Amino acid sequence: MTAQPGLSRYLQLNLNVNGKSFELNVEPRISLLDVLRINLGYTGAKKGCDMGSCGACTVLVDGKTRLSCLTLAASVTNSKIETVEGIENDPKGKILQESFIKHDALQCGFCTPGQVISALFLLNTRKSPTKNEIKRFMAGNVCRCGAYPKIIQAIEDASKVI
Amino acid sequence: MVKIVKTKVEFEGRFRDEYVMVEGEEIQAWPGSYKGKLVGSPSPRLEAGAKVNGSAKYTHDIYLPGMLYGKFVRSPYSHAKVKHVDLSKALAQPGVVAGYTANDVPKLTGEKQIELFSDEALYQGAEIALLIAADEITLHDAIELVEVEYEPLRHLVDPEESLRLRGSHAIGGKDNLSGGTPRVYERGSVERGFSDADVVIEQEFRTQAAMHNCMETHGSVATWEGDSLTVYTSTQSINNVRAELAEKLGIPLRKVRAISTYMGGGFGSKFGGGKYTLAAALASRALGRPVRIVLDRIEENLVTGNRSQTIQKYRIGAKKDGTLTAIQLTSVVNVGLQGWTADIGGPTKMTYKCPNVKVELYGTRTNLVSSTAFRAPGYVEGNFGLECALDELASKLGLDPISLRLKNYADEDQGDKIAYSSKALKEAYERGAEIIGWKPGEGPTRRGTKVRAKGMASLIWWGGGGPPAYAQVKINTDGSATVVTASQDIGTGTRTAVGQIAAEELSLPLELVSVQIGDTVTELYSPGSGGSQTLASIGPAVRSAAHDAKSQLLDIASQTLDVAREAIALDSGWIVRKSGEKLSSVADLLDKFGGATVTGKGARGPNDPKHQVNTFGAQFAEVEVDTETGEVEVLKVVSVHDSGRIINPLLLSSQIEGGVIQGMGYALWEGRLIDATSGVSLNANLNDYLVPRSTDIHEIQSEYIEAEDTSNNIGAKGIGEPPIIGVAPAIANAIKAATGIRLRELPLTPERIYRALKKMDDWTSSARYF
Repeated sequence: MTAQPGLSRYLQLNLNVNGKSFELNVEPRISLLDVLRINLGYTGAKKGCDMGSCGACTVLVDGKTRLSCLTLAASVTNSKIETVEGIENDPKGKILQESFIKHDALQCGFCTPGQVISALFLLNTRKSPTKNEIKRFMAGNVCRCGAYPKIIQAIEDASKVI
Repeated sequence: MVKIVKTKVEFEGRFRDEYVMVEGEEIQAWPGSYKGKLVGSPSPRLEAGAKVNGSAKYTHDIYLPGMLYGKFVRSPYSHAKVKHVDLSKALAQPGVVAGYTANDVPKLTGEKQIELFSDEALYQGAEIALLIAADEITLHDAIELVEVEYEPLRHLVDPEESLRLRGSHAIGGKDNLSGGTPRVYERGSVERGFSDADVVIEQEFRTQAAMHNCMETHGSVATWEGDSLTVYTSTQSINNVRAELAEKLGIPLRKVRAISTYMGGGFGSKFGGGKYTLAAALASRALGRPVRIVLDRIEENLVTGNRSQTIQKYRIGAKKDGTLTAIQLTSVVNVGLQGWTADIGGPTKMTYKCPNVKVELYGTRTNLVSSTAFRAPGYVEGNFGLECALDELASKLGLDPISLRLKNYADEDQGDKIAYSSKALKEAYERGAEIIGWKPGEGPTRRGTKVRAKGMASLIWWGGGGPPAYAQVKINTDGSATVVTASQDIGTGTRTAVGQIAAEELSLPLELVSVQIGDTVTELYSPGSGGSQTLASIGPAVRSAAHDAKSQLLDIASQTLDVAREAIALDSGWIVRKSGEKLSSVADLLDKFGGATVTGKGARGPNDPKHQVNTFGAQFAEVEVDTETGEVEVLKVVSVHDSGRIINPLLLSSQIEGGVIQGMGYALWEGRLIDATSGVSLNANLNDYLVPRSTDIHEIQSEYIEAEDTSNNIGAKGIGEPPIIGVAPAIANAIKAATGIRLRELPLTPERIYRALKKMDDWTSSARYF
């Protein structure tokens, strides 16, 4: 991670996203969310608030949920980053996505990538989560359309299959 | 032969005349007994796959080559004179491409006079200047370098104060009473009604301003090709945005294309283009590059409007047996700078049989952003007051709340005295009461410091839809079908529902139907997605178009296959004899014509003048109040609706659950807090403005009574708004039943409940719900 000569404002860094390695020159202050969306075209993670209140930007960093809007891209250069675009290859991710579809656990869909990522982390952490555990794990992901009952149901159902 | 028919069309309770072109015979409505193969089935959304894997592209996800970013400089004051704006330091930054103040507007607009910036900010967040930069970090840095000299002026954020000072402090030089007079509705004589009454009650209620807080903030990306503009925009009405831009820019409609393929929620706040869209279009034209203006979360809370704050005074007269003799409502409605006065009196005028009704609404202007529609505007606010007051009346008369409501059941529309196209509210009361286990006279249940009880409320809304709405259904060479209409899916499931309707009519599996919506390039006008009107407007047009396509296809098949037209039908992509024998696949048939397609046209027919279309519902809540903390858990909500034929029960239940949850937010947590001293918002973000989260949700049971309705050819009425309307009063009535305390001011926060339980005085704070 070195500043590029003659372009001192920019930082050269390497990110590992969805199993692929990317070399980038970016503003040192840029968030992981902006790099994913603007530089790399992974627009699944959304900017709902840009201040860590809504969870729409949730991604996995080394397997744990992270609010990418509050994460400096430069701070995760040695980490494995997974976005919603990459989780189809994860068997649990695929099951979750199918469960969300089946239960209609989404309406406008804007918060859905963040919901799916948080749910995946939950299922990687708890084998058979209770309803209350699901609610607690998902409390950081706002859904203004109010798809919560079906999100909870979709996760509970998926946890039984996994 | 095209016939022109004049018809009345309603939108959120306001009526207008429309002329409709009717081609051929209007197809018959499905009778109540009709059981569809696809219509009525709980199919998952057509686009769900794209939403769960991140490939659905929203306006926020549009990044065009060479695109620039724009952001407004906004007033931090709710009322201030803008004395001087200096952009020079911002413009000197590398990467800042342009900046505009009020003086520069002619550079952008040419001959057209457009007010883009204010020289007197009349609400917090008012646009003062605009910066355009190559990237967002540069842009945010540059905004900080803009120097604006303000002269703060006296602000009026409290509507009662604004009315009092109407003579001396006219906001922006206009009467603080919106329109100069109250909006008055009267039928019968309330004076007579009150003198006929055995009991008269007087009740006052207050409701707060609620913010939409759509997950996708308002935003647009504008780009020009020659003299043609394309805008990607997060909207509930691509046709409104298109018309607004054409008008403001002074260019023909055909030169404007509005696209909203996926959009992240609107709830009433996204019916127009707004200054951000116009500014993006103007700056893009001036700079020759695409321009993106997307509001941040704070701007979203400050400038995109809100549900109005209200003060409602009710006077209700009744006989001893509960028969209503008069209802009078006087209400102050805080409309912000120049918002519209939503009909707080809707439920009062419409829900119950009552000969004498008077409603006076004082739409009051304040130094706050203009209020805007928010899911069942007016009715959510008004129903809280009315349904709480009715519970008070029931308790005074010693009647069960449901019995009181049944006693005053309206069998016909109360204003125009015309019959409803359908009404199954009685059945909804029964179903809901049964599910929640309603027992007249049942007291609260105590467990330690916690106490449980049930409450209920009725609701009435609109949602009959109407013309104009146009659609085409194309049968493609490969035998698949494409529905085309310039509607948009705001998350309610429009794509899926119209796909099901076309598939039903064409007897095709749903996988073979695709739906192209969200783009004005199709020129197939469709109304905005609001007022619970989308499905009942566009659905019948889609069915007509599919019917037309089918009819053409059978004509072609009859002549090509040499079979009598009456002897054949369509079945799962095949031309079949009515006996069932397969004659040819649709693909093979069309292949004979060198890749031909068949296009069916459909239009929404006129509304029936003999019936009024309304939606109805009964909502029940069971709550648990913690008497030591004032916290409320909504243990169970049962929401029973009459919305006509149900096209997709899975998506219907999503609408109901979503509406109930938004209603819970409104009842218990949400509310714009304004510091009365400084006039600025204290919670313009999602940390401090409390929307419901997963931990707040317990059981929500959605139910429907499928009343037969033939007012349009699919028999559907709306469901988008009804589920939010009765939630707050059902919860407040349950809290009253649990604690004996009538809370009269939303939101019913733990603090308010605690203070009421402990009989503590209201505390005075400069933070107030305006």
